[in-house]
Amino acid sequence: MTALAAKNATNLSNAFDVAAARARCKRHRKRILEMTQSVSALHVGGAFSATEIVDCIYYGLMRPGAAGVVGKDAPDTFLMSKGHGYMIQAVILEDLGVLKRSDLAAYCTPTGKLGVHPDYGIPGIEASTGSLGHGLSLALGMAYAEMSRNRIGNVYTVLSDGEVQEGSTWEATLMASSLKVRNLIAFIDNNDMQSLGFTHVTHPSFYPVVDKFRAFGWDCVEVNGHDSLAIYNAVTSRKGDRPLMVNCKTTKGRGVSYMENVPMWHYRSPNKAEYEQAIREIDEAAE
Amino acid sequence: MRNTFSKTLYECAVADPSIYIVVADISPAGPMAEFQKHAPERFINVGVAEQVMIGMCAGLALKGCQPFAYTIATFSLYRPFEMVRDDLGYQNLPVTVVGMGAGVIYSTLGGTHHTMEDVAVASAIPNFRVLAPCDPLECIEATRWCARQKEGPVYLRIGKAGEPNLTAGAAPFVFGKLRYLQRGEDVCILTYGVITAKALELAKALAEQGKSVSVVSCHTVKPLDREGIIDALRRHKQIIVIEEHVPEGGLASRVKQIAWDIKADCDLHTFTLQDEFIHNYGSHDDLLAAHGIAVPKILAAVS
Repeated sequence: MTALAAKNATNLSNAFDVAAARARCKRHRKRILEMTQSVSALHVGGAFSATEIVDCIYYGLMRPGAAGVVGKDAPDTFLMSKGHGYMIQAVILEDLGVLKRSDLAAYCTPTGKLGVHPDYGIPGIEASTGSLGHGLSLALGMAYAEMSRNRIGNVYTVLSDGEVQEGSTWEATLMASSLKVRNLIAFIDNNDMQSLGFTHVTHPSFYPVVDKFRAFGWDCVEVNGHDSLAIYNAVTSRKGDRPLMVNCKTTKGRGVSYMENVPMWHYRSPNKAEYEQAIREIDEAAE
Repeated sequence: MRNTFSKTLYECAVADPSIYIVVADISPAGPMAEFQKHAPERFINVGVAEQVMIGMCAGLALKGCQPFAYTIATFSLYRPFEMVRDDLGYQNLPVTVVGMGAGVIYSTLGGTHHTMEDVAVASAIPNFRVLAPCDPLECIEATRWCARQKEGPVYLRIGKAGEPNLTAGAAPFVFGKLRYLQRGEDVCILTYGVITAKALELAKALAEQGKSVSVVSCHTVKPLDREGIIDALRRHKQIIVIEEHVPEGGLASRVKQIAWDIKADCDLHTFTLQDEFIHNYGSHDDLLAAHGIAVPKILAAVS
């Protein structure tokens, strides 16, 4: 293990409060639902499948600088490769005080600065995404910039499973392991759904996922993507000098019964009755 | 020109530790190979994988580095186009995309290795600047400019090998300004890139006819020096644009636009590649001639 890798490993060994994570994730989901009631909010399903992953990255894995985990002095970086998962990132950035409540209130409106996809220049947004297959290369470049200058920064990114079909994702996958960019930590929000149907139907050859990344020289583990502690442990218990891929098995629309695994919730906003039911289900779910 | 580019970039990169050179399986000419030894961590060969070349450059730039993406023009610009547009243009990052052997310089390799539309493609992207030096000396200036600018992305269109120096006695290189290689009063030839050598040949032939001829390297194709073009249109009786590029979206169409805007009353002739792919082979000159870019032909048309 290089000195840099050892330093990273040491710094990642904080305890992770699972009960607090559960409470936060409920709050995040409810805040997203709240946004859907003021503006036609897209991509709720994909935000809900990535909720625990993104929460764990911001609250468990990223190390704080003087102003918290996001900001100039913060060593680590997160970018949302699956740009359509932006809502979960936006509500977390609001929770962290990086975005204001008024920013989210103006989501997708002419007076606001937040659109459906992350836009570089918005506070807390490290790269513009939305077109799939860009994020892993961007994250690789960032991670390599850190590594090659002997800095300690880790770069975290979340991909969709559909995004892994992009050839550019595999170009970056090959390059990351060839360069031994250990400080690149990627997650697949593997919810088995994309715009046109189930991934396992479109691409049965996509599976097993873990073997493919291992064959490309990555460390790759599979976890339940709604188990915050499992996500946290997958990253903090890693060894070796390879980039890490965490294949997170998730459910699209997780947490709201009528949304789970139903394709239209990729795009749709709930009406008032649906909204109230969704809030009730989230409130009543076990802590 | 590529060796001069490599040497210049090597010198810039040795002096500036923020410069990273990311190449896609292109043989690093002498000086670049030296840089690879000098700072291996800042020389990355991604192999035959141009999308990650551009994406990585964007990631490096997002972390404060000054990257150059370098390979044959068609592979540096066309293959990873959406990365060029989104990652570099949209995010306005100081990355230089170097298109080597642009135009139809790869004259025996067929249309897959030609970049006949690259200026139009790169110029169409907001935030992008397009530089096309005409000789090795101008390439030094253009490369240095790319290495020190922090404003945003650049497409640097360069030649390959064996280009003569044309700018030794010219006024200094200034980004965004026309550069007169010689000044005359009757005719003004506007051009850019390696084809400028042909413009000087044409100027010589016109001079033999008793005409006083200006030759201008429009190295900064975007942003084009509009005021400079207006001045040239007003001060010459005849304007000739010679361009190794299709008629759409290059210098010729821009000059026509400006001429129309100001109701210029000079003669205006444009000689460009045609709006068709090239399926024949031979020397660089042979291919240009097949599309009507040959000094005798131009001379006959403008005399």
